[in-house]
Amino acid sequence: MSSVEFRKDIFADERDDDFNEIGKPRIRQDILGHVTGRSRYYDDHLFDGLLHMRCVRSPHHHARIRSVDASAAERMPGVRRIVRPSDVPNNLNTLLSLIGFGRDDEPLIASGKVAYRGEPVLVIIAETEAQARAACNAVRVDWEVLPHVLDVEEAIKPGAPTVNETYPNNTFDYGRFDHQKLRFGDVRKAFREAAHVVEAEYQMSPIEQAPVETCGAIAAPETNDRYLCHTGTQALFFSLGTTAKLLDMPSSKLHFIGGTVGGGFGGKVDSLTEPMAVLGAMLTGRPVKFQWDREEEMQVGAPRGGERWRIRDAVTADGHIIGREFTGFFDSGAYTRLSSYAIQKGTGHLPGPYWIPNVASNIYCVFTNRTPATAMRGFGITGVDFAIECHMDRVAETVGIDPIELRILNSYRDGDMKPHRRLAKNCALVECCQVVAEKAKWPISQEARSASSLAGSSPERASIPDTAVDEEGKIGDRRNREIDPAPAPGTKTVPAGTRQPGEMKDAGPQRPDMMPDAAALGLKRDQASAQRQMPAAAPSARGAPQPVAPAQVRPAAPAAAPPAAAAQPQPSAPAAPPAREPGPAPSTGQPAEVPYQPDKPFQRGVRRPGVSPFLSGSRRR
Amino acid sequence: MARKPISFTLNGNEVSIFVGESANLMEELRRNVGDLTPKHGCGQGTCGACTVMVDGEPQLSCITLAQSVEGRSIETVTGLSQGPVLHALQQAFIDGFAAQCGFCTPGMLMAAKALLDRNPRPSRDEVIEAISGNICRCTGYEPIVDAILIASGQSREVRR
Amino acid sequence: MALHKGRGFACINYPIGMNLGGDPSQALVHSTPDGKFMVTLSAIDLGQGMKSVTRQIAAETLGVPIEDVYVDTADSDTGPHDMGSFASRGTHRVGNAVIRAATEARQQMLEAAAEELEVNAGDLDTDGKGNIHVKGAPGRSITVSETAIAAQFNQGRTLAGRGIFLIPKSDVNDETGEMSTVTCFAHAALVVDLTVDDETGEVKVDEINSAYEVGRALNARLVEQQLIGGAWMGVSHALYETTEPYYPERDHGPVDFLGYQMPGPGEIVPHNIAILERPAADAPFGGKGPGEMCANPVLPAVANAIYNAVGVRCDRLPITPEKILRGIQANGGARPQARR
Repeated sequence: MSSVEFRKDIFADERDDDFNEIGKPRIRQDILGHVTGRSRYYDDHLFDGLLHMRCVRSPHHHARIRSVDASAAERMPGVRRIVRPSDVPNNLNTLLSLIGFGRDDEPLIASGKVAYRGEPVLVIIAETEAQARAACNAVRVDWEVLPHVLDVEEAIKPGAPTVNETYPNNTFDYGRFDHQKLRFGDVRKAFREAAHVVEAEYQMSPIEQAPVETCGAIAAPETNDRYLCHTGTQALFFSLGTTAKLLDMPSSKLHFIGGTVGGGFGGKVDSLTEPMAVLGAMLTGRPVKFQWDREEEMQVGAPRGGERWRIRDAVTADGHIIGREFTGFFDSGAYTRLSSYAIQKGTGHLPGPYWIPNVASNIYCVFTNRTPATAMRGFGITGVDFAIECHMDRVAETVGIDPIELRILNSYRDGDMKPHRRLAKNCALVECCQVVAEKAKWPISQEARSASSLAGSSPERASIPDTAVDEEGKIGDRRNREIDPAPAPGTKTVPAGTRQPGEMKDAGPQRPDMMPDAAALGLKRDQASAQRQMPAAAPSARGAPQPVAPAQVRPAAPAAAPPAAAAQPQPSAPAAPPAREPGPAPSTGQPAEVPYQPDKPFQRGVRRPGVSPFLSGSRRR
Repeated sequence: MARKPISFTLNGNEVSIFVGESANLMEELRRNVGDLTPKHGCGQGTCGACTVMVDGEPQLSCITLAQSVEGRSIETVTGLSQGPVLHALQQAFIDGFAAQCGFCTPGMLMAAKALLDRNPRPSRDEVIEAISGNICRCTGYEPIVDAILIASGQSREVRR
Repeated sequence: MALHKGRGFACINYPIGMNLGGDPSQALVHSTPDGKFMVTLSAIDLGQGMKSVTRQIAAETLGVPIEDVYVDTADSDTGPHDMGSFASRGTHRVGNAVIRAATEARQQMLEAAAEELEVNAGDLDTDGKGNIHVKGAPGRSITVSETAIAAQFNQGRTLAGRGIFLIPKSDVNDETGEMSTVTCFAHAALVVDLTVDDETGEVKVDEINSAYEVGRALNARLVEQQLIGGAWMGVSHALYETTEPYYPERDHGPVDFLGYQMPGPGEIVPHNIAILERPAADAPFGGKGPGEMCANPVLPAVANAIYNAVGVRCDRLPITPEKILRGIQANGGARPQARR
């Protein structure tokens, strides 16, 4: 019997909980539809004369297509159209081209060669699904089987077969390198100073999203020279944009309807069925359904990719982790899809929710001859969190310290510098650890119980150290020689405090009065953190957590710190905009032209305070 | 392909349709009759989303030959509520937040109804057994088991 | 041969939304002539409750009851642009867009009411029950419905709002990995208790205790749905699931729900959850998306508990009975670790 409790007592001074609707257990808007069966998923739209699509798929991991003979299939009952690669107007795409990331590398229908088992090479549209299946079985493909590679580390060795011609070295490009680097401090120095070095490798196997509704779409010609598409996509405009690009048509020709989806978990972002169904509707002039069967969903639909992680920790005798090194491999499968982005997301996540003064990681997006990987619940993070948290258990055992106490000891706190060179804020790891320890009756020390996410940072923890960087792993280098994939020793130093200007912040509301003030949103953080703002503490010896130390949300540059560190945490570049503080939100009021006098009756023609500037303040009837 | 007329009752109403020899009941209910409540989750009889009741027994409509229901009585979620008045199972699913994406819900409800029709006060284990052929990927099953127990007039604390 | 109890811990944080930005979402809000509100989006509800949470956000921001708000989503002809429901971005990005759109619509609603009441719009407030009144004078009021009718038929104005939320895309330095990432993080810590059978290698998860920090639970029950269902998926990932059981080989991959293993209703794990709320300044009412992160701590906590039970480190997922038995065999028998 599960149970839920709210710990409203924690962080109570940062919240106002006085709401009419927010926080309330309102029943779901869609629940009546769900329990009456009236919720309309994409497949619950009936069309007269609906045609069905099936794919001829590669039985090989990697093969050249010498020829495709569909002559027998064409003559089979019910077959209305054979769709070939040449029918796809723009048969090369990469999903993230919609945000300008990566190069087009994946055809909708493969031509020339296939790079994974299950890749579509021909599509058949028929009156019934059974007829389409039967016709697919009658297609003869003359294959020239090519050598394939399935293991990520085999794939980056010299001489490995090229999986994806767009990326001939089997790795996605990150700037000048064939992997994404993260460098903060000098891990080599940390390993020299460490009392313990803890090292292990972790492997996450591919996992299927397994929504109960499989991927699919129904497309039909609309009355106004456009195409309607009912879809189970997780990302309506992603799918619409991808379809427009692949079919080389203005997006205004497409009318996509979705939004009620039978589970997704990441697997319905790939937008594979929508372009295919719309193409079918274009070629036949009839409604066409492209629905994956369960086998396709399991083996052709993109899984959460396999990830391999090696972690090496430098740990002091008392359990402080002073260095952490990652070598990570994302198995992207044959094409990029979204793995390239997940690696940058994962890089920004390292080293997990801990403050570690020296961190280095190399993460590789590797192409192999398997089903392309894609998003799944926790994408980019789940695998490395598995590795990190198993590793923390190993560290705790090695040092001989309680696993929860180890986490609290190393936990990141408000104001700590993260290895991607931005400050941590709004932390709550320590409190989660404390609450669950109490809940599970797992005894932890008084010191661990009194720690806080609001306290324990220091000027040292808030600064960027001298950082050892290297030039190892330039794009293409691995074709010529075997290179250790782990982060290489530094060949030069990026000085302490080096930081590009800028913080991640939203573009702001279109007009200042389109955002309520923080108080209306129940945010009391400003007052709360202002109260906690205390005089800067003297830098601690090594930045060890100080459970009773005053909070350092935005510590001032310490006089005692080395000059480079003094540039932190505020960027020294004059061009740098100030870090965006959470609130106070822009005032909603406009200055009144005539002072408003509440005791006087309101007169038309007087501009009232609080009047929206995009309405006339002096309306006349 | 030879198409054959069949007649059956669907939620108490007479239905007569022409079906092909190999046609499955799920597709015929959905495309031919227009009752879209049985959902296509796998077409292999492994997910339970297409569960309907045939003569009071839960049956996987995707692997039931349409011709085999000649003269039989079929119930789907469409017939679960009495007009606007919801069945106790439906109300319990609403109150208990026992659905997320909702795709497995029609099948779950039919499996549960078949259970409660023959066993109005099932034990927790009996509920679990009754829905063990129905896959839910969202909820972790617990809210569904609880809702079915509550719909049977018992508390969610009913033990094995 | 024996059953061994084990206990494992893990904790995580999780970035909310596309980490590097570049993922806008828009929302539109308009009133019907009788003072109900339609929220028009292109967000996707795939079970996480997008339609419901945006409805609550809109109702709260407008200051009207939830019954008077409906969310219509994902028709590209009427819904404004939205990147989609992934990367835990729905609540955060769309929720913020809805707040902005509803704020503009509220402004106009108060303007229209001010016109009718002949007061200043800044002096008006809503009671959340469908009325607009003068602050401190609840008697001087007008209903939202009357306001909308007046706006539509007398004043000739719309009660409508537009909202967009965008964090512009930022880049990553290739030498240091420096990047401006999202700053909104959810947190979790979790203890798993389980039993390992050293004869069969089978694992039974007995109980989960957890603490999830979600910024603010915008709907307590929707959050509960995510946390319970997500922890179930975490157990499933840890012990059962893979499409390639002999990875990196491609052989013997499951093709249906008989071969693809997941825990069923017979393996429900009692899960005691504590919810913490430290609102994030840039999140809607401080709420972070709990949907993705909830599964993450379960995987390592299960692995750590198995080690605690029998002394076998299973570093390759999923942790099947075979892997546990081979580990026990290699160790020359189960090696239970210190009880916690």
